[in-house]
Amino acid sequence: MGFSDADLQAIWLTLRLASLVTLLLLLIGTPIAWWLARTRSRWKGPVGAVVALPLVLPPTVLGFYLLVAMGPNGPVGQFTQWLGIGLLPFTFWGLVVASVFYSMPFVVQPIQNAIEALGERPLEVAATLRAGPWDRFFTVVLPLARPGFLTAAILGFAHTVGEFGVVLMIGGNIPGATRVVSVQIFDYVEAMEYGEAHWLAASMVIFSFLVLLALYTLNPNQRKF
Amino acid sequence: MPTNQQAQVSAAIETDQIHARFRVDYPDFSLDVDLDLPGQGVTALFGHSGSGKTTLLRLIAGLMRVPNGHLSVNGRIWQDSETFLPTHQRPLGYVFQEASLFPHLNARRNLEYGMKRTANAMDPAALRDVIDLLGIAHLLDRRPHQLSGGERQRVAIARALAVQPALLLMDEPLAALDLKRKYEILPYLERLHDALEIPVLYVSHSPDEVARLADTVVLMEQGRALAVGPIAEVFSRTDLPLAQDQDASALIECTIAGHDDRDALTRVAFAGGCLWLGRLERPVGATVRARIHARDVSLALVEPASSTILNILPARIQELREIEQAQVLIRLAVGDDPATSLLARITRHSCVRLGLQVGQPVFAQVKTVALMD
Repeated sequence: MGFSDADLQAIWLTLRLASLVTLLLLLIGTPIAWWLARTRSRWKGPVGAVVALPLVLPPTVLGFYLLVAMGPNGPVGQFTQWLGIGLLPFTFWGLVVASVFYSMPFVVQPIQNAIEALGERPLEVAATLRAGPWDRFFTVVLPLARPGFLTAAILGFAHTVGEFGVVLMIGGNIPGATRVVSVQIFDYVEAMEYGEAHWLAASMVIFSFLVLLALYTLNPNQRKF
Repeated sequence: MPTNQQAQVSAAIETDQIHARFRVDYPDFSLDVDLDLPGQGVTALFGHSGSGKTTLLRLIAGLMRVPNGHLSVNGRIWQDSETFLPTHQRPLGYVFQEASLFPHLNARRNLEYGMKRTANAMDPAALRDVIDLLGIAHLLDRRPHQLSGGERQRVAIARALAVQPALLLMDEPLAALDLKRKYEILPYLERLHDALEIPVLYVSHSPDEVARLADTVVLMEQGRALAVGPIAEVFSRTDLPLAQDQDASALIECTIAGHDDRDALTRVAFAGGCLWLGRLERPVGATVRARIHARDVSLALVEPASSTILNILPARIQELREIEQAQVLIRLAVGDDPATSLLARITRHSCVRLGLQVGQPVFAQVKTVALMD
């Protein structure tokens, strides 16, 4: 026995989804984390809470609202239709959008912590040495907060790989488009095909263990979740 | 053409100045200064913590921004109603209070960080001079965590100088160091003082550091500049808290006038007189700064004929001021024109007994003279 073609397809889809989501999250999450770490605005609390919501909400709740928003009558759905790309639910891109929301706190919070720990001083020093804002970010913040960014990327990736509820709500179960590994396992169990389920489930356990091992080895002193 | 020359000279004077005007109004802190500072030499921003000196330095660096500020440095506007140069566009060097080296770069790369970003950075020869002056050549390949606090601060000073700033700002660069490290780094700062041609603003709360390093003093208190002037003048003003302090002292710029090898003494001359000191290994003509504490000066009405005290200077009483603990602070003028100020702190009892008055000639007996460089 081993992985079936359907399994391989699900694994490939999952990796593609998680990589894309991680990349998008680093791009979107970094400015949010930067703002949260440094602002004195009264909006810091509310924005931080919204970013953290997926940590406590049942995935079905998040999935439900995303489904409504991206549906034909929802604001996102109307926008995507106006753009001429149709509706996002039950497509790969729908999963991407949903996963970005769902995994956001796992990316924002480590980066925010790292930037807060860095403090104002290294940036001030760099400014007195003629470094402009972008220069300061790439030559001071990025190298000094690297462990935070690494943690964020690994957690964002792993958390996207592990999602299930949101995928079911938004994506359903379409082979090659939305049937990720966790859904595939669910299908096997529903069909009482425990042998096949074992292969994928055990792979997920090993994968998750290796990810966490990498995290703890690379960042021995960093705060973990 | 003399008129043309005069015009050039006065234009040069105007551009050779720092003008800073800032007003900050926070509920728990306010700052209100309007200062004209010399465009050369070391100017100390001196005062207790909370007096606003670091805030003023940060405003000058552009690390803080307040509306309606005005700042020009040697003829260039850094801030006014239309302009605000961000910090990274100001040609300054900044030395922070605590070690501020980038931990991910070794000492050499820390030095190069600013140089790479500056068009007119130091050439290699000049950089080598600074590295030698600060004694950091053997440290360049080390990471900041492998350096002592004093070594880190020396690298940080070299890093600030390597960009050839038009203005060097130093925020209590010695405050985070213990006494031993402080005395390890002070000589380097004194050498810098002699070698640097750019203006330096030096924040400090230590009278000792200021006495050693500064040419001009801005005395800060509660966000105001109480006094601005040449250091010897500000230190000997009896109306300021500085002179009323236990550690009050007068500063005297001296030149070495001669050596007495038989008695191992050195004679130094100042405007209005001279002093004998223990033998100094300095050539005749070299300048030294002498510090005489007010508590080390006693007064006599007639010249003491037999005394173990080496330095007895004829002086005139300029000012008498009663201060706390039944003591009297006296400012003396030594010599006529030019005269040098000296402070004496005596008991009110003695003052009354001798009937001391302004204008009276006296003899000042100086017990100890400390040399500052």
